[in-house]
Amino acid sequence: MHVLRSLDTSFDSPAAPAAQGDKTDTNSAPKLGRAIVVTSGKGGVGKTTTTANVGTALAQRGANVALIDADVGLRNLDIVLGLESRVKYHVLDVLEEKVSLDEALVTDKHSETMRLLAAAQSREKDEVDTEKMQALVQTLRERFDYVLIDCPAGIELGFKNAVAGAQEAIVVCTPEVAAVRDVDRVVGLLGNRFKPQLIINRLRPQLVRKGKMLSVEDVNAILRLPLLGVIADEPEIIITTNKGVPLALRRDGETASAYHKIAARIAGEDVAAPAPEVKESFMEKLGSFFGGRRA
Amino acid sequence: MIEWLKRFFGAPTSSATAKERLRLVLMTDHIALAPDIIDNMKRDLIDVISHYVEVDRDKVEVSFEQEDRVLAMLANIPIVSVNRPTPPPPPPKKKEVPASASAAIGPPPKRKRRKKPPAQSPAAAH
Amino acid sequence: MAGRRIVVTSGKGGVGKTTTTANVGAALAKRGANVILVDADIGLRNLDLVLGLEKRIVFDLVEVAEGRCQLRQALIKDKRFESLSMLPAAQTREKDALTESQFEAIVTQAAQSADYVLIDCPAGIEGGFRNAVAGANEAIVVTTPEVGAIRDADRVVGKLNDRRLPTRLIVNRLRPEMVRTGDMLSVEDVCEILAIELLGIIPDDAEVIDTTNRGEPIVLDPAARLSAIYDKVARRLEGELVPFTSFDSQGFFGRLFGALKAG
Repeated sequence: MHVLRSLDTSFDSPAAPAAQGDKTDTNSAPKLGRAIVVTSGKGGVGKTTTTANVGTALAQRGANVALIDADVGLRNLDIVLGLESRVKYHVLDVLEEKVSLDEALVTDKHSETMRLLAAAQSREKDEVDTEKMQALVQTLRERFDYVLIDCPAGIELGFKNAVAGAQEAIVVCTPEVAAVRDVDRVVGLLGNRFKPQLIINRLRPQLVRKGKMLSVEDVNAILRLPLLGVIADEPEIIITTNKGVPLALRRDGETASAYHKIAARIAGEDVAAPAPEVKESFMEKLGSFFGGRRA
Repeated sequence: MIEWLKRFFGAPTSSATAKERLRLVLMTDHIALAPDIIDNMKRDLIDVISHYVEVDRDKVEVSFEQEDRVLAMLANIPIVSVNRPTPPPPPPKKKEVPASASAAIGPPPKRKRRKKPPAQSPAAAH
Repeated sequence: MAGRRIVVTSGKGGVGKTTTTANVGAALAKRGANVILVDADIGLRNLDLVLGLEKRIVFDLVEVAEGRCQLRQALIKDKRFESLSMLPAAQTREKDALTESQFEAIVTQAAQSADYVLIDCPAGIEGGFRNAVAGANEAIVVTTPEVGAIRDADRVVGKLNDRRLPTRLIVNRLRPEMVRTGDMLSVEDVCEILAIELLGIIPDDAEVIDTTNRGEPIVLDPAARLSAIYDKVARRLEGELVPFTSFDSQGFFGRLFGALKAG
C-alpha cells in the first residue's frame, strides 16, 4: 500500500497510544448517548464519507462521538479519516475479548472528542455475534453522546449486525434509480422500530436543471422520508477522502456547511431547509452551453 | 442544447422518466414483499363479493400486471351460483293493501276509490 | 462449445459493476455474440432497472433454482439487440436462498446456449459474492481510482486468485483532469497496486446517469463517447489487441471538441 501513503505525506508514525474512554459520572445513571446507524442498501452512495463527516461535524460542536466501522472484511472508515496507520485492534478483537475497548478505540487526528473503532479487515461478517454487537453499542452509548455505525452495503448479516444496537437510522441515497430503489427496500427492512431520516448525496444541480438527474423533490416524493440534508457532488470530496482529511473540518464551503447543518439538525436545532446553492463559474456555464458532460 | 429542444417540444426528460419508472417498480417491489397483505386483501375481496354471488373460494386467483404506466390488479373469481334475484322491497305506502303470496304476479287488486282515505292503524305497517 | 462465464465483481459497492455488466454485455451482443446477463444480487436487484427491463420480469433466478420454472421462461430477451437476454435476481429473498452449486448449475446451463454469460455480482465478499463466483470461469474486477475502492478490489483479487480465476481489470469513472492535478490516482497507479491485466479504462461520464434513468444502455447510442469505449472492451474480451485511449493530451480545446462530439 505504499502508493497510497504517498498521497499524503503527513501520515503520522504508527502506534499512537490507545485513547482513553470518556468518563461518566459514576454516581448517577449515565445519560445514554444516541446510536445511529448510517445505511443505504446500495453500495458506493457515500455512507462511509457521510459517517466520517457527520461524526466530525458533531465532534466539532463539542460532542463526544464514537464511530464504528461495521463493514467487516472491507473496512474503509479508517482510511477516510486518515487513521489507517493508527489502527491496531478492531471490533472483533473487542467482541472476542482479546483487547479492551479502550485499547481498540483510536483517537481521531483532527477531532479530539471523536474515536474510531475499526472493522476487521481479514475476517468475515458472519464471525460477528449480533448480541455481543448490541452490547458493545450499549457500552459505547454509556460513554459517548453519539455512536455512529457505518453500515456495509447490502441487507444481509452485516446490515443486520450494524442495525442491531441502533435506535436511530440515517439512510443515504444518491439521486439515481438504483440507489432510490435500494433505500426503499432498506427502509422497509428497518421496520417500525426506526424512523429513518434521509441524506441525499452527490446531487448535481446542473444535471437536475437539465432534467438528467432526479431532483430532491423527485426523491422526496418517492421515498417520503424526513430530509436531514443534501450534499452536492464535488471533486473535493474525493480529494479529501484520498487524503484522509474530512471536508467537515473546514469552516467554509458548501459541503462543509451542509454537513454542519446536518449535525445541527441531528442535535435538535431547527435549521432552514436544505438546498444546495449552485454557483456557476464562467467555465461551467460555457461547458453547459456546449453540452459539457461534467455538471 | 438538445435537451432544451426536447423539453420545448414535449419529450420527457430522463429524470421524469426515471421518476415514473421508480414509482412503478417500487409498487411492484412492495407487492412482492407483502404476501400476507395480498392474502388479506384477497380474503376481504372474496368476503365482499360473496355478499352478492356465491364464489369458489379455493379457486380465486389474484395477480398483478403491468403495462406501460399502469399497474393493475387482476382477480379471477369463479362464481358458483347466483341467487335468484328478488325484487327490491316496495317503497312504504300510506295506504296498506295486504299482500298475497303471489303478489308479484298478476294485476294489482282493484281498489275502491274513496274521497278520503281512512286513518291508518300503526299495526298495519309491514 | 459452451460459452464463457465471466463474473463482474468489485468488492466495493457503487463502482459500476451493474453498468459495466449491462454495457459490456450489450457491446458484445452488438458485435454478434450471443449474450446472457445474470443478476446475482438477490434482494437488491438492479440489472433489470439499468437495462430498462424491469416491467418484463415474470420469473427470477431463485424460481429457476427451485424448479418452479424453466430457465428459458425466466430469461428476458432484450428486443433492442439481436441476441441479448437477462436472467433477473429475486427481489424478495436473501442471498442464502441459493447455494453455490445451484447457482453454478444455472450458469452452466445458460452457457450451453450463449457465447458469453456475464454475472453481475453483488457488493461485498460474502455469500452473494461466493455464489456469483461459483458459476464463473473468468472474472472482471471493476474499480474506481479511489482508495476505498482499490483496497476492496485488492481483497477481491486475492479471493479470485485463490480460486484460480483469470482476472482482468476495468478502471471506471476516471477523471483525467483530476489525475493531471494529482488529485486522483492514475490508471498506472491502480494497475501497479492491483497487479492484474487491464481490460478497460472508462472515463467518468454524466451521460450514464441520464441513460440509466431511461433504462437504455449507453451503447445503444453510437454517438455516445462511452459507446466506442465499451466496444473496445468487448473487442479485447474477444481476444483483439486494442490500444487504450490516451486521456492525457486533452487541454481545454480537447475537452471542448470532445464535448461537441458527444452532443
